[in-house]
Amino acid sequence: MHIVVCIKQVPDTKIIKINPKTNTLDRRSAPAILNPYDAHAVQEAVKIKGKTGGTISVLSMGPPQATAIIKKSIEIGADRGYLITDRAFAGADTLATSYALSKALERIGKELPVDMVICGKHAIDGDTGQVGPGIARRMDIPPVTNVIEVAEVNQEEKTVLIKRKLSNGYELIQSELPCLLTVEKEINQIEYSPMLNMIKAARYEPTIWAVSDLENVDRTQLGLKGSPTIVGKMFTPPRPEGGKRLEGSPDEQVKQLMDVLMEKKDLFTIQPSK
Amino acid sequence: MDFRDYKGVWVFIEQKDEVVASVSLELLGAGRKLADKRGVELAGILIGENVKHLTKTIFEYGADTVYVYDQPIFKHYRTETYMKALLECTEKYKPEIILFGATSTGKDLASAVATDMPTGLTADTTELDVEEETGLLLASRPAFGGNIMATILCKKYRPQMATVRSKVMKALTPQTGRTGKIIEETISLKEEDIRTKVLEIVKETVKKVRIDEADIIVAGGKGLGSFEGFQLIHQLAETLGGAVGASRDVVEAGWIEHAHQVGQTGVTVTPKIYFAIGISGAIQHIVGMKNSGLIIAINKDKEAPIFQACHFGIVGDAFEIVPILIEQFQMALSREKVSNNSKG
Ligand SMILES: Cc1cc2nc3c(=O)[nH]c(=O)nc-3n(C[C@H](O)[C@H](O)[C@H](O)COP(=O)(O)OP(=O)(O)OC[C@H]3O[C@@H](n4cnc5c(N)ncnc54)[C@H](O)[C@@H]3O)c2cc1C
Ligand SMILES: Cc1cc2nc3c(=O)[nH]c(=O)nc-3n(C[C@H](O)[C@H](O)[C@H](O)COP(=O)(O)OP(=O)(O)OC[C@H]3O[C@@H](n4cnc5c(N)ncnc54)[C@H](O)[C@@H]3O)c2cc1C
Repeated sequence: MHIVVCIKQVPDTKIIKINPKTNTLDRRSAPAILNPYDAHAVQEAVKIKGKTGGTISVLSMGPPQATAIIKKSIEIGADRGYLITDRAFAGADTLATSYALSKALERIGKELPVDMVICGKHAIDGDTGQVGPGIARRMDIPPVTNVIEVAEVNQEEKTVLIKRKLSNGYELIQSELPCLLTVEKEINQIEYSPMLNMIKAARYEPTIWAVSDLENVDRTQLGLKGSPTIVGKMFTPPRPEGGKRLEGSPDEQVKQLMDVLMEKKDLFTIQPSK
Repeated sequence: MDFRDYKGVWVFIEQKDEVVASVSLELLGAGRKLADKRGVELAGILIGENVKHLTKTIFEYGADTVYVYDQPIFKHYRTETYMKALLECTEKYKPEIILFGATSTGKDLASAVATDMPTGLTADTTELDVEEETGLLLASRPAFGGNIMATILCKKYRPQMATVRSKVMKALTPQTGRTGKIIEETISLKEEDIRTKVLEIVKETVKKVRIDEADIIVAGGKGLGSFEGFQLIHQLAETLGGAVGASRDVVEAGWIEHAHQVGQTGVTVTPKIYFAIGISGAIQHIVGMKNSGLIIAINKDKEAPIFQACHFGIVGDAFEIVPILIEQFQMALSREKVSNNSKG
């Protein structure tokens, strides 16, 4: 079983702060981290490998500093890491991103055939959730999105049983291998990394590829050039008009508010008294 | 690619258990505006098994045409099958714009289809417009950080595609008896060739929190100070018979689960009444609740941005105001009860 997990480096929006007065982003405060959903994707690969054995590779497209998230993935339990980094990838939208990643997957697959690709449900910065299904289409393997459990992997039959989240429950899907999954956070808990992994990670040197290391690449499909979507204007959404300020003592203010609320009293469930 | 070959606005109609998803009805409303501005048709594309009768609803909500794929192979949503139908239909009729709900199904399908076409796909759109002359779709979405909106354009490819968040567009009032053209299509797909199978659909028995369905939401922010302080929000919600909402900071502090989070990375809500208590009013929060019917803000900082986004604002301490409100409301309700009883 060879599982490849696609991982993205993102700024930590938990730490990033917005100044509520000016509504501007304080970028200095945002360290780069492994996209949280992708951490769960790596963890899931580790879980699957625990049952089936095999190899876990992680793949990222990003700046050279993205080696940090590859090391992080090795800590969680990945075996190999690949980083594709090149000026030519810059400015990619999701279509160009899935193209570049699928080309790298092609090369990884030549070294060791890929049985499963796992992505996060979405990246917390770009937040489109479009890259995973895009890669699946380019590799022509079935995508299963919003996965909350990988219930069974049958290596003989080359099938996998998956629970996909729905708004009011889940569906149980059987898919052929290879396939691509995108995972929800609830699929697993990130476990403490064994000391051995930490040591391995500290010394690990990922494989780094530029465009020229990939085969049959149509450069017009990469980066900004290969992106059909472009970011047009950026604007601050107009704030809605400020409303009426209620005046007076707390009691008086509440009284005025009550008048407003009681105009809508049909909304409130008035229990019949016993 | 000759853009003149591409005409009309399409909405992918999501359906489950014989009903059209509300986001699809909202998109028909939004699509109608775009189509009218361009002077083109609005069409729905409906895929499923035993779904033909849904065309009635789709026409009543504004579509001129519905393309229907009604075959057993479409019983359950699967990317592989639905994608094939949509690609085939698009190839044949060439729409200029296709809109999808930004639901798990809509996103999954749109991402796959856009890759094969290939074309650009704007994600999680919250504002839509079109250039009358060129037909260029102006799809805006909150950009990273969310305090800024970015308009995403797809100038060189057709059709232009976007997924659109639910509860931000408005459905038209349905016109009973309004009809249109039904175009039935079939696709030759063999079950053996499909690599995924839906074995079972399991509905959750415990009802999950769905704050997007509530008429009244009482939302609390970091200003409540602590988990214990936040219980005040639950009390007011209970008194008013409403649901509890929260800012992201509250969710991150662990005072309540993520299902209650309102905003860009939470749920978009449009209740009839929305209380924002101890919430500063960051834009990421506002985008999730600004379309509420009546917005009431309580905050002790008179400069808090939330006051720019509410209908009625009280500058004061939540721990002073809210208990009075609960008391007053309970009194008012019991008066109502008495008068209701004496009536009948
Ligand atoms: C303001 C703004 C708006 C944008 N809007 C759009 C838009 O509407 N449509 C559009 O097509 N593009 C858009 N983009 C571009 C988009 O953010 C980038 O293409 C980004 O590289 C990938 O998209 P994502 O972050 O949304 O990833 P997602 O699709 O959310 O990521 C899902 C998963 O894919 C994998 N993955 C994603 N990126 C990588 C990577 N670099 N390396 C390895 N694995 C990865 C990870 O497993 C991740 O969990 C926008 C960019 C900006 C700045
Ligand atoms: C990418 C990204 C996505 C985000 N998505 C979301 C999202 O979906 N939803 C969301 O809500 N936020 C989101 N945020 C976070 C957002 O920017 C704000 O940080 C957050 O909304 C602030 O929460 P708050 O208003 O509860 O807290 P604060 O900003 O700390 O505000 C607390 C308020 O309480 C008031 N207060 C204090 N004590 C009292 C009292 N006793 N009585 C009355 N008022 C009092 C204060 O005056 C203050 O205005 C996102 C941020 C980023 C970067």
